Amino acid sequence: MSLGRYVLTRIAVAVPVLLGVTVLTFSFIHALPGDPIDALVGFRSVSPATEASIRAEYHLDRPIWEQYLLWLRDVLVLEFGESPITGRNVMATVGRRLPATLALGGAAWLLALAIGVPTGIVAAVRHGGPADELSRIAALAGIATPNFWLGLVLLLLFGVRLGWVRVIPPDAPLASLAMAKFMLLPTITLGTASAAFVTRLLRSSMLAELDATYVRTARAKGLRERTVILKHVLRNAFLPVVTITGLQLAFLIDGAVVVERIFSWPGMGRLLVRSILQRDYPVIQAGVLLIGVSIVLANLLVDIVYAVLDPRIRY
Amino acid sequence: MALLEVDDLVVQFYTDDGVVRAVDGISYEIRAGETVGLVGESGAGKSVASLALLRLLRSPGEIVRGEIRFDGRDLRECSAAELRELRGNDIAMVFQDADAALNPVYTVGEQIAEAIRAHEPVTDREARERAIDLLERVGIADATARYSDYPHEFSGGMQQRAVIAMALSCDPALLICDEPTTGLDVTVQAGILELLADLARESETAIQLVTHDLGVVAELCDRVLVQYAGEIVERAPVEDLFYDPKHPYTAGLLASIPRLGDDRPRLATVPGTMPSLVDPPTGCRFHPRCPFAEDACARRNPSLVEAESGSPAVDAGPDTHLAACLEYTGDLVGGLDYEVRVRDESEDVADDPCRERKPESRRGDTR
Repeated sequence: MSLGRYVLTRIAVAVPVLLGVTVLTFSFIHALPGDPIDALVGFRSVSPATEASIRAEYHLDRPIWEQYLLWLRDVLVLEFGESPITGRNVMATVGRRLPATLALGGAAWLLALAIGVPTGIVAAVRHGGPADELSRIAALAGIATPNFWLGLVLLLLFGVRLGWVRVIPPDAPLASLAMAKFMLLPTITLGTASAAFVTRLLRSSMLAELDATYVRTARAKGLRERTVILKHVLRNAFLPVVTITGLQLAFLIDGAVVVERIFSWPGMGRLLVRSILQRDYPVIQAGVLLIGVSIVLANLLVDIVYAVLDPRIRY
Repeated sequence: MALLEVDDLVVQFYTDDGVVRAVDGISYEIRAGETVGLVGESGAGKSVASLALLRLLRSPGEIVRGEIRFDGRDLRECSAAELRELRGNDIAMVFQDADAALNPVYTVGEQIAEAIRAHEPVTDREARERAIDLLERVGIADATARYSDYPHEFSGGMQQRAVIAMALSCDPALLICDEPTTGLDVTVQAGILELLADLARESETAIQLVTHDLGVVAELCDRVLVQYAGEIVERAPVEDLFYDPKHPYTAGLLASIPRLGDDRPRLATVPGTMPSLVDPPTGCRFHPRCPFAEDACARRNPSLVEAESGSPAVDAGPDTHLAACLEYTGDLVGGLDYEVRVRDESEDVADDPCRERKPESRRGDTR
């Protein structure tokens, strides 16, 4: 199978998964106790006539599968209606927050790779040596440090004591230098554990690959050790790392809930927590759906990267 | 001066159980263009000895003594860069299990072209063309299309051919083949052997062939070294070895080759197993398994001598028949009691020495 056909197959498989995500997102509202009408009228008692007209207006009088299809029709064009709590357009609210979360998560993810990959390689190549031991201790510390604690300490040190960075986000667009500078601490806070994780994972998978016969062949050919490691070993050792980093995207969004709160970051995490507390169902629905879709897409990307790295996957 | 001269090579592995001397003072030489077999059971130290030649041993294995001279240069003295120059260029290796020897994530062609690029100032295109030529030379049909195939798209025999093509890419003076046909179907084996035989005949390349398969040796080799428990116990031109094995271990190996029309109820084997090299037997290492062993064999380790005269091996020419058995220094009372029968013109047979010998003459019995 060619790479192109493989990608098309993966996309075709992702479509039912995405539909599954919409079904789950839609149905969780109906699994919750209480009637949406109560929420819509603000938990006041209303006349049956008014209630019926509201039901008709929101299609709540239709059978549930029809409600789902109507909802899906709107969702496909990213129309989530208005929040009954704030009265604002849900998509506008979520649309402002999602990029901030994706930017933070993406930056943390890049940081994890930028630190984890070289450290993992060095630790594996010099395994048993001081560099390996040092990386082991650092990784252990990185995994064991709770991100809320790390965030608070960083903020206290660099924001409050040293005054090098702002304590709250600047009033600037997301893609600006001021914002990039502010993002440094939350990125470190969020990315440290992942970096540690990538380091350990890559180290162990490189160690396993270093014993492979093809590595001996590469050396017997007279290749430079650098080529042997970076060309032959790394590409094989990277497969498990790719799998895990895809899953870590979900983990990073989880982590973002805590980190966004500490750094007053205007992201999905904080929005979701607030919406859950306020029972702002349309916002929760939109948020959960978009996060679900992001994760499905990230996994699709992982599948594709996997196939690019290892031709055997395409079969 | 021979192409390769190995002198008193000792390789040790440091394990939890103790120090393992996988190769214990072996010496041999290979002349330009000749094919030399290195034979023995699993665990005899054949592969370790071969890896040591290119200094490809990985921790905890280490060369602790000896010289490896290639074209007069001591490989143990070479820097990492000099060694890299030699590897794949002057000395190339073909490993057993070609499936594992090829990197699964690069195309077969790229892995061959890469070897050429590592040693010669060629453009990517030239390297590619030469790789395609090599694939053709080792008998891969439709080589141009196959260049871009990944190893898993090749059959086992084709993978081994590709590995051989890779080894030949820079016209090495010495090719080390480590069990090149093990794990392949018999018909595929025959094809690979034919390919190697052509190479041995046509090119100037010397071959060190490591195998446990005496049939392969008979087919390809000019001379044979028999290795047992880290030591060389017999060395002879190939015909001498098959017609007139001097060491009881060699005789046992020959007797255990299954033959068509064999009327024996069971396959002959050399009784026992290869001893642990952490704590090798005293005296001759083969004595616990040897049907002719006497008390002296447990005390004295025989050195490799000329089988005819008993004079030291160091003075012998490369084609002299050498064996390491007390028989040839006149220290064996009972002698080696086996005879070699040639069944027909093409088959050379040593009778199973373990069956010929009566039980009361085994070591430890009084005479």
